[in-house]
Amino acid sequence: MTETPHESAARADGGSERVDSTEHAARTPEAAQPYRELGLADDEYERIRGILGRRPTEAELAMYSVMWSEHCSYKSSKVHLKYFGEATTEQMRSKMIAGIGENAGVVDVGDGWAVTFKVESHNHPSYVEPHQGAATGVGGIVRDIMAMGARPVAVADPLRFGPAEATDTARVLPGVVEGIGGYGNCLGLPNIGGEVVFDESYASNPLVNAMCVGVLKSDEVQLAHASGTGNKVILFGARTGLDGIGGVSVLASETFSGDETGSGRKKLPSVQVGDPFTEKVLIECCLELYRSGLVVGVQDLGGAGLSCATSELASAGDGGMWIDLDEVPLRAEGMNPAEILSSESQERMCAIVRPTDVEGFMEVCRKWDVTATVIGEVTDGENLRIDWRGERVVDVPPRTVADEGPVYERPLQRPAEQDLITADNPDTLARPSTAEELRETLLRMAASPNLCSRDWVTSQYDHYVRGNTVLAQPSDGGVLRIDEESGRGIAVATDCNARYTRLDPYGGAQLALAEAYRNVAVTGSKPVAVTNCLNFGSAEDPAVMWQFQQAVRGLADASAELGIPVTGGNVSFYNQTGSSPILPTPVVGVLGVIDDVTRRIPTGIGAAPGESLLLLGDTREEFGGSEWAGVTHGHLGGTPPAVDLAREKLLGDILAVGSRDGLVSAAHDLSEGGLAQALVEMSLIGETGARIVLPEEADPFVWLFSESAGRAVVSVPRGEELRFTELCSARGLPCAKIGVVDTESQSLEIQGVGDIPLSELRSTWEGTLPALFG
Amino acid sequence: MSAAGARIGVITFPGSLDDGDARRAVRRSGASDVSLWHADADLRGVDAVIVPGGFSYGDYLRCGAIAKFAPVMTEVVRAAERGMPVLGVCNGFQVLCEAGLLPGVLTRNEGLHYVCRDQWLRAENTTSTWTTRYEPGADLLIPVKHGEGCYVADESTLDEIEGEGRVLFRYVDGNPNGSRRDIAGITDARGRVAGLMPHPEHAIDPLTGPTDDGLGMFLSALDTLVPA
Repeated sequence: MTETPHESAARADGGSERVDSTEHAARTPEAAQPYRELGLADDEYERIRGILGRRPTEAELAMYSVMWSEHCSYKSSKVHLKYFGEATTEQMRSKMIAGIGENAGVVDVGDGWAVTFKVESHNHPSYVEPHQGAATGVGGIVRDIMAMGARPVAVADPLRFGPAEATDTARVLPGVVEGIGGYGNCLGLPNIGGEVVFDESYASNPLVNAMCVGVLKSDEVQLAHASGTGNKVILFGARTGLDGIGGVSVLASETFSGDETGSGRKKLPSVQVGDPFTEKVLIECCLELYRSGLVVGVQDLGGAGLSCATSELASAGDGGMWIDLDEVPLRAEGMNPAEILSSESQERMCAIVRPTDVEGFMEVCRKWDVTATVIGEVTDGENLRIDWRGERVVDVPPRTVADEGPVYERPLQRPAEQDLITADNPDTLARPSTAEELRETLLRMAASPNLCSRDWVTSQYDHYVRGNTVLAQPSDGGVLRIDEESGRGIAVATDCNARYTRLDPYGGAQLALAEAYRNVAVTGSKPVAVTNCLNFGSAEDPAVMWQFQQAVRGLADASAELGIPVTGGNVSFYNQTGSSPILPTPVVGVLGVIDDVTRRIPTGIGAAPGESLLLLGDTREEFGGSEWAGVTHGHLGGTPPAVDLAREKLLGDILAVGSRDGLVSAAHDLSEGGLAQALVEMSLIGETGARIVLPEEADPFVWLFSESAGRAVVSVPRGEELRFTELCSARGLPCAKIGVVDTESQSLEIQGVGDIPLSELRSTWEGTLPALFG
Repeated sequence: MSAAGARIGVITFPGSLDDGDARRAVRRSGASDVSLWHADADLRGVDAVIVPGGFSYGDYLRCGAIAKFAPVMTEVVRAAERGMPVLGVCNGFQVLCEAGLLPGVLTRNEGLHYVCRDQWLRAENTTSTWTTRYEPGADLLIPVKHGEGCYVADESTLDEIEGEGRVLFRYVDGNPNGSRRDIAGITDARGRVAGLMPHPEHAIDPLTGPTDDGLGMFLSALDTLVPA
């Protein structure tokens, strides 16, 4: 019979509780350890024993198991993610101050300003507990941005749920939205973008991705490294409790079964609980610490808690680190070392501070009423050593925990059914042809869950706070002013059409980038950098790994072609219900820069008197993966729209000139739902009618609903029309006049479809989500 | 004293969010902004005070209920009694009600959701320190953003406020939170202390807000502080 380390230790000690120290571990090599329950494979466990030359202690086992998890180690994705680096040229790298591998990428945006941005997933917690799962997702990404030395200035949330009308969606979506709003609003961060997408593949696996953007001076970047022997390690922020310890409770129950703290204790839900007020105060405290020059290195505590923060800081530093766990301020009684190290209690940061600065550091923390404690110091050895109750419970080379985890080349295989999906093209689906049918289709599409107004969601988010929001939802991209003197600003957008990615993961990922790029460009901003959040099914499913590999390559190749670097990203595998994976969902975020935010281009028409409407780009018959096929026929097959990145770039360049020279008064990208949907939105957002004329040779259905990429509709003041069309023809961008804005009219009049009052359009477009979610 | 000579204080509590916006609005109106810290019982010689929006102390007990005990608030109450102009926006309105400078309370929105939207208001009392720049009956478009903005008071208090003409602004074209009698903002009996849920500091520039309709509140106060 095997015995647990605790039992064997207890026997040796005559029954009193004692610590599974490194010494004890060396003496009890045969003690059985629950490594499988902690998610480690047999060979991974053997490798840990090999590294240490003995069995790991419970605390070490907890650290390795959580740091070698897919979430922390990227063990299945690493071999593919390398490609992002390979595809990045020196030219693309020139504006990057920090890139992949740091807490978040940092980009030089000019005038001495830098911007850091990142998207992270919090999918699984948000299904279990929508409110707290989503809230702590926001909290986590905000701390990532803070750890770069930046002030967080905005958030945005790409969200995906099961069918809009499903009962469970009515549980998950309102909770997620309330969680994001409750946390983000209380932090004082404007929510300026995001997505809401419904698809049955997300029914038991919603995607809750959270983006945060931060701003700093380009010479103020903080990095997560522990250097300088004798420097102190300070843990500050919330106390450490039992929340979010997840799998490590396997160890807890064995260590504490039946003792005085056992029966009434644990297990708190493994979804963490957030306290936005503590985080808001922590933000202000951190920024004051940075400004005062009191920090040598800093790391946030997120997934894997102290295990992650200490091993990453030590791994990136130039020496070792010693930590005394008895110094960690605890919220719960009787926590053991494994629990303290694995706790995912929110709102905590870890800093490296020169001994002479400790008092100054503490003074700033006292001002903000933030708990701060010296828990250890940087040492001249190589190992990360952690003590508890006077005994050594961890003694490991930090790189083996943080950076040298397992790497897998998972099998990948293009599934045979992919050909069947491609062959099942939408060409034979019944199409509307009469004016009445086209009108009905337009209204049905506008009311559909994926195209209707997101106001029910976004009105629960504060987009005004900080007073720098120049554009926010329902605009294609969010635009923020970052410098009040010069008017310099930035734009962000996130996109992914996972239906396209299902049909063609390589092309679909490129289309996601193209759309985010376009959404930044239509605001008048110049796209400069890319981030991503790659949500996929099981890494152990070869078909999923093929989708993943294709999407990474597609995205990296497209970034290279557009000349903007991927500065960071996040991978979330195992998004599936049973054996059914979600649609492959590589969410792509693009950051743009605008020299003068007063030149931003809004989405709504009617701002300038006498505008012409122009369609930029080519419209082809492209309905594979389209919203029309999904909404009207429940169909997903064929091939997605063709990608033309040179065209996307040209379109972006023209829009930037249009913004700079005041030639464009409104712009909207064409994507899901095609031209019809874009016109509906431009009219409703601008509260102004328009008259649209079809080109003579056009098939009205194709012209209105095709989802060809590389297109936008712009409104141009009539006095600038010639100048703008000449600019397009000189640069070779197709540009066709499709109608006029009519400030006297309160209807959208489309030749061949009819006259639709804006009031009818508005109730159709705005009615759907309130009817579903209250 | 010139406009630039007027000094308007903006309090920062832990959890204040719109303090930077209030300071920007003060500067845009031509006055100097002065940061006031919650823990200091010191108004630094300012001529008027703004209690900004946010979630002071996390709003965990009840909105504004803890903030009223802040050392700086003791000074604000004293100064208000002496006639210093005080403006409370959103959480600041809640704080002024909790501190007893204004009647009534703000409760959870009737629709239960937090709501952020551009809201039409009608200016009613245009003789208070903070509203002289508006025409009576003027329609203003100013953002609201709150989860607990439903203004509630007993009927006799409401009748008294109405009878004395102390309603500054009323919601029109939809009441976002269920406030009694569509009340968006009120003033005290002397017309010096004002509180409202909408955010005038977020409507000072059409670039970043729906309008600049909110600027009038700051300019109104300056007119009083800087006699023409």
